[in-house]
Amino acid sequence: MNLDHSILTLIVFAPLAGALLLALLPDRGKIMQWGALSVTLFTFLLTLHLPFHYSYASQSGAFQFEQNLPWIASPAIRYHLGVDGLSMWLTVLTGLLAPLGVLISWRAIDRRKKLFYVLFLLQQVAMMGIFVSLDLFLYYAFWEMSLVPMTLLIATFGRSEHRRRAAIKYFLYAFIPSALLLVAMLWLYAQTGTFDLPTLAALAAQHAISPNSAALWIASLGFLLAFSVKVPVFPLHGWLVDAIAEAPTAAVMVLAGKTALYSILRFSFSIFPEQSHRIAPLMIALAVIGIVYGALLALVQNDLKKLAAFSTLGHLSFITLGIFTFTIAGLDGGIYHILNHEISGGAFFILLGLLYERYHTNDMREYGGLAAKLPWVATLFVLTTLSIIGLPMLNSFVGEVLILSGSMQSTLAYHHLWTALATTGVILSAAYMLRMIQRVFYCDLGPKPQSIPGWDLDAREHLALWPLVVLFLVMGVASPLWMRAIDGAALPMADPPATAQASQPDRVIKLESETYRPANAAAPATIQTTPLQTSSGGAR
Amino acid sequence: MNLPPSVIALLPEYVLTLTGILIMLIEAVLKPATSRKPLGWLAIAGTTATGFISYYQLRLGVLTAFSGSIQVGPFSIFFHLLIGAVVVATLLGSLDYFEGHASHAGEYFALVLFGAVGMMLMTCSVELLMVFIGLEISSISTYILAGFRKGHPTSAEASLKYFLLGSFATAFFLYGIALAYGATGSTSIAAIAAGIVTSATPRMAFLALGMMIVGLGFKVSAAPFHLWTPDVYQGAPAPVVGLMSTAPKAAAFAVLLRIAFSGFPMMEHRWSMLMWGIAALSMTIGNLGALKQTDVKRMLAYSSIAHAGYLLVAFTAFPPAGISAACFYVAAYAAMNVGAFAVITQVGGYKETLRSVADYQGLALRRPVLAALFAFFLLSLIGIPFTGGFFGKFYVFSAALQAGHVWIAVIGLLNSGVACFYYLRLLASVYTKPEATASADNLTPAFVPIPAPAISLPAGIGLTLAAAATLMLGILPGHILHLANFASSSLRTEYPAAPPPAALSAASQRAVLLPVSPIQ
Repeated sequence: MNLDHSILTLIVFAPLAGALLLALLPDRGKIMQWGALSVTLFTFLLTLHLPFHYSYASQSGAFQFEQNLPWIASPAIRYHLGVDGLSMWLTVLTGLLAPLGVLISWRAIDRRKKLFYVLFLLQQVAMMGIFVSLDLFLYYAFWEMSLVPMTLLIATFGRSEHRRRAAIKYFLYAFIPSALLLVAMLWLYAQTGTFDLPTLAALAAQHAISPNSAALWIASLGFLLAFSVKVPVFPLHGWLVDAIAEAPTAAVMVLAGKTALYSILRFSFSIFPEQSHRIAPLMIALAVIGIVYGALLALVQNDLKKLAAFSTLGHLSFITLGIFTFTIAGLDGGIYHILNHEISGGAFFILLGLLYERYHTNDMREYGGLAAKLPWVATLFVLTTLSIIGLPMLNSFVGEVLILSGSMQSTLAYHHLWTALATTGVILSAAYMLRMIQRVFYCDLGPKPQSIPGWDLDAREHLALWPLVVLFLVMGVASPLWMRAIDGAALPMADPPATAQASQPDRVIKLESETYRPANAAAPATIQTTPLQTSSGGAR
Repeated sequence: MNLPPSVIALLPEYVLTLTGILIMLIEAVLKPATSRKPLGWLAIAGTTATGFISYYQLRLGVLTAFSGSIQVGPFSIFFHLLIGAVVVATLLGSLDYFEGHASHAGEYFALVLFGAVGMMLMTCSVELLMVFIGLEISSISTYILAGFRKGHPTSAEASLKYFLLGSFATAFFLYGIALAYGATGSTSIAAIAAGIVTSATPRMAFLALGMMIVGLGFKVSAAPFHLWTPDVYQGAPAPVVGLMSTAPKAAAFAVLLRIAFSGFPMMEHRWSMLMWGIAALSMTIGNLGALKQTDVKRMLAYSSIAHAGYLLVAFTAFPPAGISAACFYVAAYAAMNVGAFAVITQVGGYKETLRSVADYQGLALRRPVLAALFAFFLLSLIGIPFTGGFFGKFYVFSAALQAGHVWIAVIGLLNSGVACFYYLRLLASVYTKPEATASADNLTPAFVPIPAPAISLPAGIGLTLAAAATLMLGILPGHILHLANFASSSLRTEYPAAPPPAALSAASQRAVLLPVSPIQ
């Protein structure tokens, strides 16, 4: 049986079938947990089909595993699914995080389990749909749909009495810009008569979408604004802290970042290439501000969840910086860092959830000296921290180095200054993470650990964390495994239209040979040479 | 069958009227203690039969009867079916509503049917006086229904308010008819369309249209004619609100579409600006007004003002796309709003003890299925994809954008952002635990789902139908859209097409030229 044509449909709808099944089963004993676990594991196995059958040879962002059926005749909406190197890994990653999310909610969610797991699986459907849709309309449907389960998860399973406010804030922040996105989409349709992404991209490449450049600008801003809020990019991050503080662990793991960054890469860059390049200086400035601002605020937080929220803002800003440099290194690094962020950030949130489950507080002043009591938690926590701050040989290092080197090579004004400022974010993130480690694990025994016995990781939690920890290391030393596919997706985005004339192929090859190969070669020896370049860049 | 057209064309109305009269007669001989449910089933059967007859009429092409004052075509049949479906869903939802509370439930079923007759008559008449009669029939029964919870002061207030303001509005409509007669020498819509071209007083004709818009704008609760809506919706019984916020509105919109697009197509450039203003105002006032409401029915009253605004956006678009978008939106709005009010009926019961947003807190704990359905209808009202509300908005705003009205689309979609705030407040309330016990960590009784009063079978069927329709419109809108397109095209071809004004034809040519063929 050849799965290639229906695999994406299966991946999207397997969680939906699972959600319906769970809704019908009785909410008794551990039925919900086992049901959700088996559904998510099954979906993950399905997603693994993609990397093993992906044809890595086909270059330059061609879509694979495509399925293209008519859905609605007028307006012309098609059920068009497909993945390329960018979305394939995000799909697999989403598939991987889901069973871990179930494992980690096993005991934390002890009431209204049916509602929780049904919403969790619906969220899964929406995210998978976002990553595999190639029809703008279908994509938008999943994009909007993804808001609902998350809002309800926050409203129902939030930690404090502020959960309702946090949920509504999250929804409004995401929904209102999405309304503008819909206007922009409808305008595009009125201009071109199609929602099909490859067709629109082809039209955009020929400058054939609309002769009205002002309207194109406004439409591109509609797209970018909707995505930037969801990332979030610096001044639009108002929802992030509340949502992260309230949402249950399994939901926080998928709350921010990947869907919106993916959307920028997939839709803003391919439908509005020129406008995206022109707005890049602003986005880079905002990203750098976000990096420094997030890190500085994280430095003064005593609440672990808030620290995690600002750290998330900082790391997502790194990715924004990388992709808006429009250099091959920056884009590759940005995309790779999306994966890193989900894995490291996911592990970090899982660990925070574990601590909260044991001690019912997020205030790090009440912790202290946990390393002696919970050795496994401490070990994994430190490993995760090292991964987040970008220790060489671990995953984030590859992403950060590529992003910073990409930003150093970009042709934008003041890129040296921006890169130098962004590099301080690396140092600051090490500062706040290590400060937190010290407070939580190594000081004198705090009031909470004294009064509450706590317990070390149980088998289920080990099972949820070790895959991520192994990935830290594998992704740190064997990045080409992922880069092969990512590179194919990033290559077409990386040429500034100002110089994209006849010399375009030469330029790309040149860029690749100059900068891309050293970091990608993945031998530890070459990786160690790159920080020298970066630090010299930072000092310049 | 060799029935004369005067029988066939109005057969649905005849069947409904006879069923209604039969119910009244049986009601008169029943003892007060007897259950009125069989009468309800009779009403449902009659309405269902009406639906089948209407569907059968679809095959007969365009029927004209009563010296050209009745015209049954796909357009009117679309609305007949819609009104029939709303009535059936409402009746199913309210079969048990009066049980044990009121002995006059039989009249309720009859009045609902008589109201439906009036609404159906409105949609199929092409003679303004006929439209007026239909409007009156439907209005009078709705006035009575609004006050049907005898002994409740708010209900009486609602009824009286609705009656006074409503008769004022119908007077406006009648005045409009008189002016139209003065300007064009006829009250037949086709003759008006032809008469405007040669009319010596085009301004009077436009004034006539304006008057009619005032009258119908009241019926659809468009701003600035919306002031009655919150009070009436708050006071009237929940199932009646479900009915009167959808079916009479559908009928009024059908009349408005017919008058605007086939009676006054020559003046489209003028009245489309008028509609633009009313639409923008309705959306904004409706949504801003709903923000501060704590009573759920009152909140949904403001929301229905806003939805009337969204629908009016379709009037600013070019005829074929605009009309079918409006038809689709009416259908989607009817499905989700009837559903939402059916849930409110179930939650509140006859006495309406639970009515504020705070009362809905923890509904998901007490009645999870009902809460899930409510969530679905609210999401559809917000306009989340995979629900009918989304495609309704989608078609309306894309039609407006195709006609070049970008700003109304921006206003509308920003409004739907504002709107989601209050829907979401309600939704979040449904899905959160009551505050008093939120801080307790141990299992208090409040966390244990209280065994809820089971939903009765007919109400369950009604809710399921509404939910299925909302979902269907959100996943496979093609069928209804096809029907709406059919209706739309029939509305335009039912009359000999007058040559469109130069500005309009130039604009529509632009719209045709714009789509670039997809380049692969």
